[in-house]
Amino acid sequence: MNIVLERRLEKARWAVVIVPIASFLLALVFGAVLLLAFGINPLQAYRVMVSGSLGDQYALTETLVKAIPLILTGLAVAIAFRMLFWNIGAEGQLAMGGIGASYVALFLSDSLPDPLTIPVMILMGMLAGALWALIPALLKAYLEVNEILTTLMMNYIAILLVEYLYLGPWRDPEGYGFPGSAPFPQEALLPRLWGRVHLGIIFAVLAAFIIWLIMNRSQWGYEIRLIGENPRAAKYAGIDAKRNMVLVMLLSGALSGLAGMAEVSGIARRLYQGLTVGYGFTAIIVAWMANLNPLGVVFVGAFMGALTVGGDQLQVAMGIPAAVSLVLQGAILFFVLGGWVFINYRIRILRSGKQKQAGELNE
Amino acid sequence: MNEAMIVSLLTITIRAGVSLLYATLGEIFTERSGILNLGVEGIMMTGAATAFAVAFHSDSAWLGLGVAMLVGAMMSFTHAFLTITLRADQVVTGLALTLFGTGLASFMGQRLGPGGETMVGLQGPVFPRIPIPVLEDIPILGPSMFNQDVLAYALYLLLPLMWFYLRKTQPGLHLRAVGDNPAAADVLGVPVKLSRYLYTIFGGCLMGVAGAHLSMAYLQGWAQNITGGRGWIAIALVIFATWDPLRAAVGALLFGGINALQFRLQAAGTTIPSSFLNMMPYFFTILVLVLITWGEAVRKRLGAPAALGIPYIREEKH
Repeated sequence: MNIVLERRLEKARWAVVIVPIASFLLALVFGAVLLLAFGINPLQAYRVMVSGSLGDQYALTETLVKAIPLILTGLAVAIAFRMLFWNIGAEGQLAMGGIGASYVALFLSDSLPDPLTIPVMILMGMLAGALWALIPALLKAYLEVNEILTTLMMNYIAILLVEYLYLGPWRDPEGYGFPGSAPFPQEALLPRLWGRVHLGIIFAVLAAFIIWLIMNRSQWGYEIRLIGENPRAAKYAGIDAKRNMVLVMLLSGALSGLAGMAEVSGIARRLYQGLTVGYGFTAIIVAWMANLNPLGVVFVGAFMGALTVGGDQLQVAMGIPAAVSLVLQGAILFFVLGGWVFINYRIRILRSGKQKQAGELNE
Repeated sequence: MNEAMIVSLLTITIRAGVSLLYATLGEIFTERSGILNLGVEGIMMTGAATAFAVAFHSDSAWLGLGVAMLVGAMMSFTHAFLTITLRADQVVTGLALTLFGTGLASFMGQRLGPGGETMVGLQGPVFPRIPIPVLEDIPILGPSMFNQDVLAYALYLLLPLMWFYLRKTQPGLHLRAVGDNPAAADVLGVPVKLSRYLYTIFGGCLMGVAGAHLSMAYLQGWAQNITGGRGWIAIALVIFATWDPLRAAVGALLFGGINALQFRLQAAGTTIPSSFLNMMPYFFTILVLVLITWGEAVRKRLGAPAALGIPYIREEKH
């Protein structure tokens, strides 16, 4: 017996929807086995996760709160991955966005007219994220330095920079030693719409729509997709891959920067340690599970938000480490990765006798 | 600087370099076969957690080490299965492994202490430092090189062996062929997919050892985020080492040295904020990567496996 992968003539559209759902279910089974191994009742744990993330109004709003940074960073990762630029640095770009926005809130808001504070914070947050992303983009485009490693290393540097600021020069002098900056003034806070859900949710959905338009309806989007899908054809078509790399990364960094701005202004209302809790990494799962589709990112981002909140509730209600949700997210990605094979390939199981014949057919 | 200070700096340099070198060697063999495994960080983290947990409960450091190797093998097998058999994207699969491993290790760290409590702050069995008679009397090098733990000594033996295997033996030649030109290797009768499976799994074992060394020798305990990016630095070291085991040792010592310097500065009560001191290895990694890729002349000597990251599909050969 032999298992053979046959290339499909046309991509299987059904797989784009079925694979993520099936992957989620398989990950649940995997998670259940793991929980059982640790002596935890999986059904009870899952029930807590569902009711904790979707069960009532508070739970729902918290899920949306987490969805905001996940959607924004998910979009950032998706556009970079689309042209095969492996930006693993969304976390650091988010942190820099937080720093940029905090700078405005802490030091410029006094000299700015109140209604301008938020727009300037948005601008500075996006700018800081974009500049942080520009460094690995330039290094990759003009020196061919591996972007996976540079973006990743810059995460650590950005996170430590945040730490330096809230422990050092930006520390709240009236904070009784609490590690964090002073609270932002009123005019620097994003208005809240529902529970802790703030205006950032509008930014996220709007951004997804705009990115979708760019990717699917513009010449630039066509160039980005062509570079990712067929670099050689893109070269012959005269598309400047280096220039696009820099532009896409500026946009990608700006989106993550916006996520950072939304986090400090809408949720924490100060700069502190809780800014970098791994949204930029979960974003990779969000982007891949959405098959890099910007509109898909909105739904997957909300879903991952629910999973994160569910994990937190698990810790609160049952004393089970919230890391369970990280394990589940990782497992989902494994199954999605394995599952995407069905988009391009058909799996056939052959009896050993027919193996040769099939091999010839394939050639 | 007096002699005692130099010895102490060198000792920490080697101690910090050991786990880095295990991980780097694991990744070199994996990448030589044409598979890019970005799961090093996750495998090291899970390896460190399982090694410590098993050693703590069984009171045997060796059992901890064995289980860490097994975990490394299983995790890298997952990578091999997804990328080789199911042809999933190697970059994203490796990232998935790191995300999964980080989550799993964090979960275990909070759960596998006595009574289902946290492992943070526990003291477990360690690989102690064992001075080697006679050799330890060599000035400076003796007390720093030959007063290390058994995993460091194993590395002293393993390093030349791995270099010899890769450069001077038939299987080593086949391994390089599989990573450079899988189609040609296939024609020569080298089983491409099987080789890739085996070397990826072997590499994962070494990454497991790297994790075990962190929690049972270098840092001697479990801490959240124990690896702190060492897995990623190892991947950078592979590029720095141009896929060569001996140069990897130089790189590992370089980064071990940065760690030692960090300790030294902190101990000396420097006015540099600790956040900036902690940035040093990451900043250095970027600097090293930039320097190494600078200019066409350097790039030509690189010697990256030509088919690195490209799945080998026999049926689609034309």
